[in-house]
Amino acid sequence: MSKGQSGLGKSTLVNTLFKSQVSRKASSWNREEKIPKTVEIKAIGHVIEEGGVKMKLTVIDTPGFGDQINNENCWEPIEKYINEQYEKFLKEEVNIARKKRIPDTRVHCCLYFISPTGHSLRPLDLEFMKHLSKVVNIIPVIAKADTMTLEEKSEFKQRVRKELEVNGIEFYPQKEFDEDLEDKTENDKIRQESMPFAVVGSDKEYQVNGKRVLGRKTPWGIIEVENLNHCEFALLRDFVIRTHLQDLKEVTHNIHYETYRAKRLNDNGGLPPGEGLLGTVLPSVPATPCPTAE
Amino acid sequence: MSTGLRYKSKLATPEDKQDINKQYVGLVTLPDQVHQKSVKKGLDFTLMVAGESGLGKSTLVHSLFLTDLYKDRKLLSAEEHISQTTEILKHTVDIEEKGVKLKLTIVDTPGFGDAVNNSECWKPITDYVDQQFEQYFRDESGLNRKNIQDNRVHCCLYFISPFGHGLRPVDVGFMKALHEKVNIVPLIAKADCLVPSEIRKLKERIREEIDKFGIHVYQFPECDSDEDEDFKQQDRELKESAPFAVIGSNTVVEAKGQRVRGRLYPWGIVEVENQAHCDFVKLRNMLIRTHMHDLKDVTCDVHYENYRAHCIQQMTSKLTQDSRMESPIPILPLPTPDAETEKLIRMKDEELRRMQEMLQKMKQQMQDQ
Repeated sequence: MSKGQSGLGKSTLVNTLFKSQVSRKASSWNREEKIPKTVEIKAIGHVIEEGGVKMKLTVIDTPGFGDQINNENCWEPIEKYINEQYEKFLKEEVNIARKKRIPDTRVHCCLYFISPTGHSLRPLDLEFMKHLSKVVNIIPVIAKADTMTLEEKSEFKQRVRKELEVNGIEFYPQKEFDEDLEDKTENDKIRQESMPFAVVGSDKEYQVNGKRVLGRKTPWGIIEVENLNHCEFALLRDFVIRTHLQDLKEVTHNIHYETYRAKRLNDNGGLPPGEGLLGTVLPSVPATPCPTAE
Repeated sequence: MSTGLRYKSKLATPEDKQDINKQYVGLVTLPDQVHQKSVKKGLDFTLMVAGESGLGKSTLVHSLFLTDLYKDRKLLSAEEHISQTTEILKHTVDIEEKGVKLKLTIVDTPGFGDAVNNSECWKPITDYVDQQFEQYFRDESGLNRKNIQDNRVHCCLYFISPFGHGLRPVDVGFMKALHEKVNIVPLIAKADCLVPSEIRKLKERIREEIDKFGIHVYQFPECDSDEDEDFKQQDRELKESAPFAVIGSNTVVEAKGQRVRGRLYPWGIVEVENQAHCDFVKLRNMLIRTHMHDLKDVTCDVHYENYRAHCIQQMTSKLTQDSRMESPIPILPLPTPDAETEKLIRMKDEELRRMQEMLQKMKQQMQDQ
């Protein structure tokens, strides 16, 4: 799922990540289309194949987030959507006649795009991440990083990391879910040095030093998307796809989903929701003490 | 520098002076007299900058006027922003260049558009602009008009985020609230994150939306037909580049052996004063070298007069309302009696009282008898 105000390059970045046109770009919108009044949720599914490995990728975009004058509670439709997916999975799971492979529409990862102001996080960013880091894996990403010089970038990242820490926002990879020491050291390094990744996305190719690279051509130079000196796109791509993809799914399944499930069961008096149990829902019977024989 | 100056100064040469005495009335020296007087008096200009935080407003002001007004500014963190409302901060600085003095006031608007709920976040700004008009109106209608301070806002630079697809609802709301009160010059901030084709598209989009929403931004005046072609060409280019895509910088970097104001990136150097890189030079020329006076004129002749007419209309309509209920109240307050008359009145009152006492005594006497 990609989140953030419109115009931060979300669609372009997702396209670049998966090297195919998986996201409908906003610039190809009809001129008459206005900024949507409420936050919409648009999910598009694709099947990507590379080296014989197939992956069904679903990209969920959220146009309209944070664009209004009054953005209070604009994260609610998104929280609702995520919980709905958990609910769907839960219902399938408690069914008597369970499918072998439950269709998994749960959100495994949420890329949150931070605007590169160079100052600090915006109140809207904090509010969103506070609410949603509890239900989904959030990976904060600094969008359009070609607007900051190297010093500005590192200062900004430091400040963002500090603010996230001060506000108790646990972004992925969360500290508490590190399984062993190896994981911990690896993730610590990523958490404290690289994240949030400052990225630049592009779907156009240019010729640089005899190679064709993805980049952006400006009057003062060509920004190469995959050049680590220019931006951290390659780090993000490796992180999300090449090393932590499976982990993202596992954390979603083992932790976020289980939290949701436990909450639902508690609300329902210890019984799973729906007509899963014997076709009827039995009311919970309070334990009565045996009458003492007189 | 006379390039781009609307008025071409024809300094009186010695030959002219001789001719003056013989043939001409001498009007040719009038512009110089105006020039000298205004240089002596010094010029003043109030510029407002508005836009979300982080769009490079302070950096641009620094680049425009080469002065650092924000040396001790503390940047707020995100939580501190949550409860923040739009503030109005004024900084005044005196700039001098080759004997010409300018008293520059920058009105900053920190907190604008930063909260989660930004409804009416422009209200403090409209209130401020109205207050300045009201102050000027009072001063103008007062008795002592020698040293009126003109604090009216002459121009407002509005920073549009380059990260959007055009104007955002906050942008539209702000501009519609202020376009009849102040000259708005929209700018595309941090333009170094856009490639030329994106800048073109964004400018077109913004121009369309400004038309669509009926926003009246500052219009560059038409140049006279007797100006030379160069000037006309410049003017045309200026109009076609609006809204200006600007980049600001506080740092000087080395580019091609020269020291220039710019931003150093791993992939190249952005030069602020390079016209191929951004419209900073156009903005600076427009603001300071060619249109500063026009901005002031439009503020005085159009925006202020609108305000004044509106004010007077309100006052008279209120008075006619009141007068419908009671007998007509004179607009001017009754003249307060001065000290002399008051003394006389008091004396007369005393006399009356004494006479009344005497009458009472006489009555008593008659009754006793």
